[in-house]
Amino acid sequence: MSELLFKGAEWDFDTIRRVHDACEAIAQNELGLSTYPNRIEVISAEQMLDAYAANGMPVLYKHWSFGKRFARHEGLYRKGFQGLAYEIVINSSPCISYVMEENTALMQTLVIAHAAFGHNHFFKNNTLFQQWTDAEGILDYLEFARGYVTECEDRYGATAVERVLDAAHALQSHGVFRSPRRRVPDLASERRRELERRAHDEAMYNDLWRATVPASGTTQRRADDERRRALLELPQENILYFLEKSAPRLAPWQREILRIVRQVAQYFYPQIQTKVMNEGCATYVHHRILTRLHEQGRITDGHYLEFLQSHTNVVFQPSYDDPRYGGLNPYALGFAMMSDIARIAEDPTAEDRDWFPAFAGCGDAMGVLREGWAAFRDESFIAQFLSPRLMRDLRLFHLADEEDEDALRVAAIHDERGYRRIRRALARQYDIGRTDPDIQIADVDLAGDRRLVLHHRVLDRQLLQAEEVKAVLQHLADLWGYDVVLKEMDPVEDRILKEHHAASRPGIATG
Amino acid sequence: MHIVDRRRNPGGKSLANRQRFLRRAKEQIQDAVRDSVTGRGMKDMERGGEVSIPASGVKEPALRRAAGGNREHVLPGNKDFAEGDRIPRPRGGGGGGSGQEGSDTGSGEDEFRFALTQEEFLDLFLEDLELPDLAKKRMVVGEAAGFRRAGFSSTGSPANLALGRTMRNALSRRIALKRPKPEALEALEDQARAAEEAGALERAEALRSEIARLKHRVLRIPYIDPLDVRYRQFAPAPRPIAQAVMFCLMDVSGSMTEGMKDLAKRFYLLLYVFLKRRYKHVEVVFIRHTHEAKEVDEETFFRSPETGGTVVSTALEEMRRVLAARFSPDDWNIYAAQASDGDNTASDNDKTAGLLATEILPACQYYAYLEVGREGDHGPIGFIPRETDLWRLYTALRADGLPIAMRKVRHRKDIYPVFRELFRKGATTEASP
Repeated sequence: MSELLFKGAEWDFDTIRRVHDACEAIAQNELGLSTYPNRIEVISAEQMLDAYAANGMPVLYKHWSFGKRFARHEGLYRKGFQGLAYEIVINSSPCISYVMEENTALMQTLVIAHAAFGHNHFFKNNTLFQQWTDAEGILDYLEFARGYVTECEDRYGATAVERVLDAAHALQSHGVFRSPRRRVPDLASERRRELERRAHDEAMYNDLWRATVPASGTTQRRADDERRRALLELPQENILYFLEKSAPRLAPWQREILRIVRQVAQYFYPQIQTKVMNEGCATYVHHRILTRLHEQGRITDGHYLEFLQSHTNVVFQPSYDDPRYGGLNPYALGFAMMSDIARIAEDPTAEDRDWFPAFAGCGDAMGVLREGWAAFRDESFIAQFLSPRLMRDLRLFHLADEEDEDALRVAAIHDERGYRRIRRALARQYDIGRTDPDIQIADVDLAGDRRLVLHHRVLDRQLLQAEEVKAVLQHLADLWGYDVVLKEMDPVEDRILKEHHAASRPGIATG
Repeated sequence: MHIVDRRRNPGGKSLANRQRFLRRAKEQIQDAVRDSVTGRGMKDMERGGEVSIPASGVKEPALRRAAGGNREHVLPGNKDFAEGDRIPRPRGGGGGGSGQEGSDTGSGEDEFRFALTQEEFLDLFLEDLELPDLAKKRMVVGEAAGFRRAGFSSTGSPANLALGRTMRNALSRRIALKRPKPEALEALEDQARAAEEAGALERAEALRSEIARLKHRVLRIPYIDPLDVRYRQFAPAPRPIAQAVMFCLMDVSGSMTEGMKDLAKRFYLLLYVFLKRRYKHVEVVFIRHTHEAKEVDEETFFRSPETGGTVVSTALEEMRRVLAARFSPDDWNIYAAQASDGDNTASDNDKTAGLLATEILPACQYYAYLEVGREGDHGPIGFIPRETDLWRLYTALRADGLPIAMRKVRHRKDIYPVFRELFRKGATTEASP
């Protein structure tokens, strides 16, 4: 058992297989992880850049923005401003990990432990991923999407397709369902259903308009308002979904493209919400596995030092006043939290017992962690598990920046009075419900000029960036086919703070 | 667990997206490319390079929050803050911990920098320019190696098997050797059978032995013999390609300053790059002159100083000599660009005009005259700038209908616009000050 997995920095495919098997034994037997089957793909630096450009997806439809991203990364990489990631991992089944050919044998081990077991376990077990993504279907769906977009380009011209994609991308951040829906996503049937849907939609949306033309009379009108909103599923937070279903003047293929963009956005939605946990889980797992491999005598002391060096680089957290500071490092925070939870489970202090009576000293660190990884997202995980001790270690403090005041105020520091407030504030910082502006389609003026009305419920007086809103609304109006207005509302005082208008241009909507 | 080696997969997966991106941002990129030329040295010209374009052109808008409003940050590394402390707001708005959403979409930046390949660079740089009078009837001889068919051979690789030729050989051999045809054999068989039925046993016997003999013959003469097999043969052959020669004529007398030479050099450079794109093979001849002219190499042409008077006709004379010796106008597309500060010895003007009109211009595809001046060289206020000798001379020639393109350039930044003006599609060769 104590045979070395590899010597030196060179590796071949046998090495990778041995490393994978050794990691798997530890992951399954000692850490109790449950993963999708693994597929490890060795790629070159250029292919890594390709993968960057496509958000890590192995296939994706064609669009200039991906070319832009590629050009940007390539430029940075060539000049040496940016190294490349050692790996990219895809939430799919089998779980695909891309590893770079330049990595040393030790780095490949680290990457396999990190991605093929850490991230993989997280993808498979976290409830958000289970609710929102379909790991079995995603690769086929992307293949379908690429084919579909190409076919549309052939049939309707690249420019026409690009316009729809541009508009859809602008609205992508508001093309997701934020709360779970009845149906479990099943991407495999998307392809089949696309044809049925096309036929059905064409028959249906005309009916919708007929059914909602208001009759006279005030009571009648109010009833009709209700009915119209119900039929159009208003208010609606998923703008792309609304357009796909109800925009009156889109061609069926345009609706399908909106749907594709929306599905991709939805696929990434859980990843945004679990950055800290996901990286924390993967980092904690690789740390455990590598340490264990060293204990078993399967990697040398020298390799273990090489590992520790990369590991410390990854989990480095500069202080707020350090020039290198760029926000809280999700690897650092994640890893610190996981290690802290393990410590509390196995060797708690009196304070920990006070704060975490449920699991302090229970002895089963991996059990607690696995449950945590499965059931939470960043916001709730931090609200639940961030311990006073960790806040002290990180020396966290809470800064309030009120618009009306001319100075920032230290609202809480790591002391008895501050722990809970800091924890709450940090959790809020990761709450996607707060970080993403809350914008909904409120109503459609079907009786009049068919104007689409959107509301932005302004939180903490944070208005939208006017320039960007203008551009996005223009795209929205183009898709909708009529005027669009976005009202920024103060939800407390219920008054309108700002309005943005856009009128539809000819080009996309033809119907 | 599977391991897949993707390294051998065809690269350039992002190429389609890149082209879409370049098309999208074409105008901005083109501007950037042209701007970047001003700052480039001669050798960089043909390389690709980094350009930056305003980010607004390729912006991907999204519904984002603006700075401002009430915000809160949780930051690590508290050193001596206590609750309730007040900190002056750092300049630049919100500051602090909002950096965590590091934007990889390039949002929030003024400029977008990226690298273009040489091919892309030149494409954009020279787009919608064209060479006037490009077509010459006989564009021949270059050094590009190609293969052409060179008959048939009896040896070769199976891939080159010439089936038709092989079957034809086989057929003629079979005819020549009188290989019995299957129909003939069948007919004999029928006769033999008929003879047997008729009871003519002797005849049947004879027929049978004839059949046996013929069958034996069929076996001895194969349907296809190795002798018949032919292979297509290919021989390396130079493929005729269009070729061009570019004459750079320059006055290097004392009155030409380094700055002026630099201007000329830039113009030659553009012309060279441009010709390079249109012709596989471009020769460059450098002729410099004072009161006498000489063909020199590039280094000498641009660097080494020279003194003397100015006699333009010597350069034209030298050009004519080189033309006669090496570049027959029948085989070559000839381009000439002359750079000068406009001085000429007065007595030489007639000779110059004569040479141009009778010898040089008829042979040339294109003749451009570039008059370089000192920056800020506007002459005394109130005077109309003096027209130089050469300018007047060439204007007169143009008036006679001879094709000379003429431009004046005073500053580096004018070079490219002038060049574009000369070569833009549908441009006519007219003079402009």
